This record gives sequence, structure tokens and C-alpha cells, in this order.
Amino acid sequence: MSREKIVSAIRANQPELTALPDVEPLKAYANKENLLAQFTTIATNIGAKVCEVKNIDEVKTAIQNNFGEGKRIVSTLSELSDIADTKEYLKNLPVELADVELAILRSDLAVAENGGIWITEDQMGQRVLPFITQHLAVIVDAKNIVPTMHDAYSSIGITTQGFGAFIAGPSKTADIEQSLVIGAHGPRSMSLFLLSED
Amino acid sequence: MSTMSTKNHAELAGQFNADEQRVDWHDETLWWIRQKRDKAVNQFPEWELLRETGSKIKEHTLSNLANYLEAFEANALANGITVHWAADAKEHNEIVHRIIKRHGVNRMVKSKSMLTEECHLNEYLAENGIEVIDSDLGERIVQLAKEPPSHIVLPCIHKKKEEIGDLFHEHLGTPAGVSDPQILAETARQHLREVFLTRKIALTGVNFAIAETGEFIVCTNEGNADMGAHLSEVHIASMGIEKIIPKREHLGVFLRLLTRSATGQPITTYSSHYKKPRPGQEMHIVIVDNGRSVQLSRKDFRNSLKCIRCGACMNTCPVYRRSGGHSYHNAISGPIGSILAPNLDMEKYADLPFASTLCGSCSNVCPVKIDIHDQLYKWRQVIVKAGYTTKTKSAGMKMMNWTLSSPSIYHVAGKAGRIVMKYAPFAVNNSLNPWYKQRDMPKPPAESFDEWYKKNRGKK
Repeated sequence: MSREKIVSAIRANQPELTALPDVEPLKAYANKENLLAQFTTIATNIGAKVCEVKNIDEVKTAIQNNFGEGKRIVSTLSELSDIADTKEYLKNLPVELADVELAILRSDLAVAENGGIWITEDQMGQRVLPFITQHLAVIVDAKNIVPTMHDAYSSIGITTQGFGAFIAGPSKTADIEQSLVIGAHGPRSMSLFLLSED
Repeated sequence: MSTMSTKNHAELAGQFNADEQRVDWHDETLWWIRQKRDKAVNQFPEWELLRETGSKIKEHTLSNLANYLEAFEANALANGITVHWAADAKEHNEIVHRIIKRHGVNRMVKSKSMLTEECHLNEYLAENGIEVIDSDLGERIVQLAKEPPSHIVLPCIHKKKEEIGDLFHEHLGTPAGVSDPQILAETARQHLREVFLTRKIALTGVNFAIAETGEFIVCTNEGNADMGAHLSEVHIASMGIEKIIPKREHLGVFLRLLTRSATGQPITTYSSHYKKPRPGQEMHIVIVDNGRSVQLSRKDFRNSLKCIRCGACMNTCPVYRRSGGHSYHNAISGPIGSILAPNLDMEKYADLPFASTLCGSCSNVCPVKIDIHDQLYKWRQVIVKAGYTTKTKSAGMKMMNWTLSSPSIYHVAGKAGRIVMKYAPFAVNNSLNPWYKQRDMPKPPAESFDEWYKKNRGKK
């Protein structure tokens, strides 16, 4: 067994124990002013479309205006059952989601410093969904925007979910001569609906 | 796939330098990425504290690595992941092969993993009749070109779009002469989507592994790791022992540092946290040593294990930018590759620590504050002492040592040098002097500083 060999070599070779630093002091530098504007600027810079909405009906209208009939739309939000499949897709194998045009998902956390949102397995319906869909729309409460990644991890803690991801904008590549191409293997677009109840 | 050459860095750099325009283009492209990094990090007054915190977390982790690895393993097992340990590249490749064989398939899709490049996994599996398709666009391009990646973050940074267009025409059926990045990337998207949908087994790398939770984090912009992993029935993740960090909250530090240092992006599009297999899916982690525990024992060099593979040291390096990644003839090129490689094979990579001007730019941009240029300097001494330098370099060093160890020999040699360069410049400006290649020798001064001082100040 290589395990014992490796672990004992490491134990023999590792240096004297040093202290683990505290990450808390980093939070003090965060810019807490106008998080919505900060988030919107960064998310737009990385290729996402940001839209402020007052309620779910405005999301529906925006989606109906942007996505035509006849395309497969799925969602984890039961209140969208009139415009999207909110149940049947859960019975599919992951590969059977290859023809999904739009997935509408919910997130409970957005990060101002990088335009990312945190989304867990439960909020994805199926793990592959936010990646395989041609277009992705995410609804997040504007009050759930935190300044930095330090605040984000304080907020999510150690979830017991099997999978979770920060998603920041549509998929992209710049591997060919550093030219930015949106729509690599994941979604070709990402729409962010920031919900503000007034 | 990667054709390891027996040529050294200077010879390979010479080949790259044959096309001067390409060198300029390569140099400018990488410097532009370095500037994007500067712009991104200068927005944060806490950047230096972030680097310091990242550096100290890694230092602490290395000082308690055995315990953290054991904790990670216990938590991963509790999460339903199968954990394997590989002492070296061979064992890693055999473990991966066994998993594939057990499922009775002969093909696999793989996202970016520099560790599998280091282990030459693709070649090993090909010899055993298993086809591997690399799904990162840059990696797919170099795979089609039968080349290794030339940069850890930007695998085909050395290739022009016209060359990529030719490869796509030959292998993926695009019309001849098409080199528009939009069209080429769309072609790759369609080609690889078919691959993702039909492969039962996917292998990914690991950016960070969390001891406290037993989860691992994979970062991509393209979404290729997630497409492969979530569509597969079996997900294999390969990681070096140094990928461990103690707690999930430490990701806050490293995810802030990683992409800003790499390309100036605020974060990768996807930072995926894999903790448990999907119901019905198998998930494996292969923890690989391959020389890392030996590097951990080297007091002067163990800090190299703090590396988070951002590539900032390559983008900023005046030698890398002008010699290209392939000149380092190692899976990991550039300054960081040059301090990692001699640990694996001191003789084969004896040239790499010398492929540097020791300007220190690499250490200045390193997000985890690895003293890269100091380590390059220290490796030179280790390598010379171990007798792995070339005969001409050793002879030159001996002569230099003899000249500099005595003031009178130094003065005579200096005078002789000035006379030779003044009256017989051809004696040094010739092809026997590698310094003269692409440079002119400087005009010799009329007198040494010592002579000038004696004449002008010495009388007082």
C-alpha cells in the first residue's frame, strides 16, 4: 500500500508546525457601499446581462420577450410552471437535458467583487443543468449581495450538499490568440434577475 | 503525445527565436496578460495582506500536511468518494487504467490537469488502447497538434489562429483558411459536446481540496470540467498532495488570488465544489506524491509546493516570454517549472534553473509569495555541486572563480580584456561566445574604475 509510505514520508519530511493565519482581518477592507451597483458593473463586465425586477411576473415577461415558443425551458421555481417545465426534467438522465434552451434557477447569494452567484445542487434540479443549458437565467434577491468572497463563505458555511458552484457570467474561452469568445462549453448567455421587493 | 526532447533550454529557445516576429508577438501577448493582472490587483488595498495570508495558510498546511491529508481522506470517504494513493506517476496511471478497465470502456474525456501531463497519462492510456480526449479548448488544440501544452493556464499561447485553423480543417472539417476564433471555438463546442454526451468516464484535475469537508474544487472558464463530470457515470479526480487546504473559508483567499494573478479576471466562470457523487455515480480521488514528499524535505525548495498554478510567473518572466513554454521541456514550464523539475530529475532538468536572469519579477507577482528567483539561484548551486552542469559552463565558472579570488589576477585580466576588445574585438565577437548571439559586445572603457580612482582621488 502506497498510502502508508506516502503519509509517513510526509510526516518525516514536513517542517515544524507554523501558525494558521486568521482570514477575518481581510473582511475589514471590503467596500460595503452600493453593493447592487458594484455587482452590476462587474457582472456586466464579465458578460452577464443584469436586470433589476420587482417581482416574478417581471421575470416572466422578460423571458417571454427574449425566448420564443417551441424551445425547451426548465426551471426549479414552481411559480414558473406556466412558462417552464418544473417537474418532468427531474426524471431525465443528465444526457437527456442536452436540448434544454433555457434554465431558470434561483440563488440565495451573489458576490459584488466578482459578479458571481452561489448555487447549490438543490437549486440546480440536476447538477448538469446550469452547464448544459444553452442559456442560463438566475434569480437572486438584491439584498443577498455580499461584498467579497470572505463574506460569501461566512454566509454559506459548510453546507452538507453534494455539489455547489460559484457561477460568474456565461462560459467563455480566450484560448485562441487571447480573443474572447462567449459560449465555450457551458451557456452562451447568463441573465441575472436581481429581485428587489419595495 | 508530449515529445520530450534531449535538447536543453538554450537550444530549444534558439529554435523558438528563429522566428523573430513570433517571439515579439508571444512576448507582447504575455506582457499584456501581466498588465491585466496588475490592473486587477491594484484595485485592492488589501492585496498584499491577501498574498501574505495565502502564503501563510499554505505554509501552515505544508507543516501539518500528513494530518490534513488523513482528515481529507476520512471526510471524502464519509462523503462516498473512493480514495486512492499513488506514490509515483506509474502508480497513478495504473490506478486510472484499472478504473477504466473495470467499467469495460476504451475512451474517456479529460479536463485540464497538469498532474496528468506530469504523469504522461494520455500516452500511457493510448498504449493500453484507451482514447483520451482533452476538453479544454487550448488543450484540445495542442492535442490535435501532438504537442504538450506550452503554458499551464494558456496551453496553446504559442499558436497563431491560422495554425489552429489548419488543425481544425484537418481534424474537425472546418473549411480551409478559416481562422476566425468565433468560428473555431463554435466548431470545438459542437465537437466536444458530442464527446461529453457519449463518455461514461470523465477525469478532472483539482484546484483545491478541503481537509475539513472532504470536497474538492475545480475551476474553469469553459465549463468543460462540469460538462464531463456531471454527464459521466464515473468521475475520477487526480490531485497532488499539495492541493490540500485546511478549511472551506480559506477558499475565499485563494479564489480571490487565483484568477486575478492568472489573467486579471475577478474569478473563473465556474468554481465547482464537488463533495459527493451524484446518486448512481462513482467518484474517485487519486492522491499523488510523485516526488512531492521529497521536495517537502528540501528546506530551501519546499515552498515551491505552495504553488496554486496561476501562471503569473510565466507571464511576467522575460526569459519565458521570449523562449516559449516548450523550451523548458517539462510539463510545467517557466520559473515555477524550473524550480519544481530538478526535484524530479536533477540531471535531465539541470539547465532549467539557469534559464533565468534572476530579475525577481516572478517572486514579485507570485500570489502565495514563493521565493522563486532565490530558489532558482539555490538550485544552480546544488546542480553545480552535484556535477550536472555542462563542461563549458563548469570550465567558465572555474576560470571566473580563479579570476575573482585574487585582486592581482583580476586587475591583469581586466586590463587584458579591455585591450582585446579595443584592438581585437573579433576575439570575443564570434560564434564561440554565446553572449554575442543577438547582442553586440559593449565598448570597453578606457580604464577600470580602480585606475580612474587612483588617478583622480588616490592622490589626496
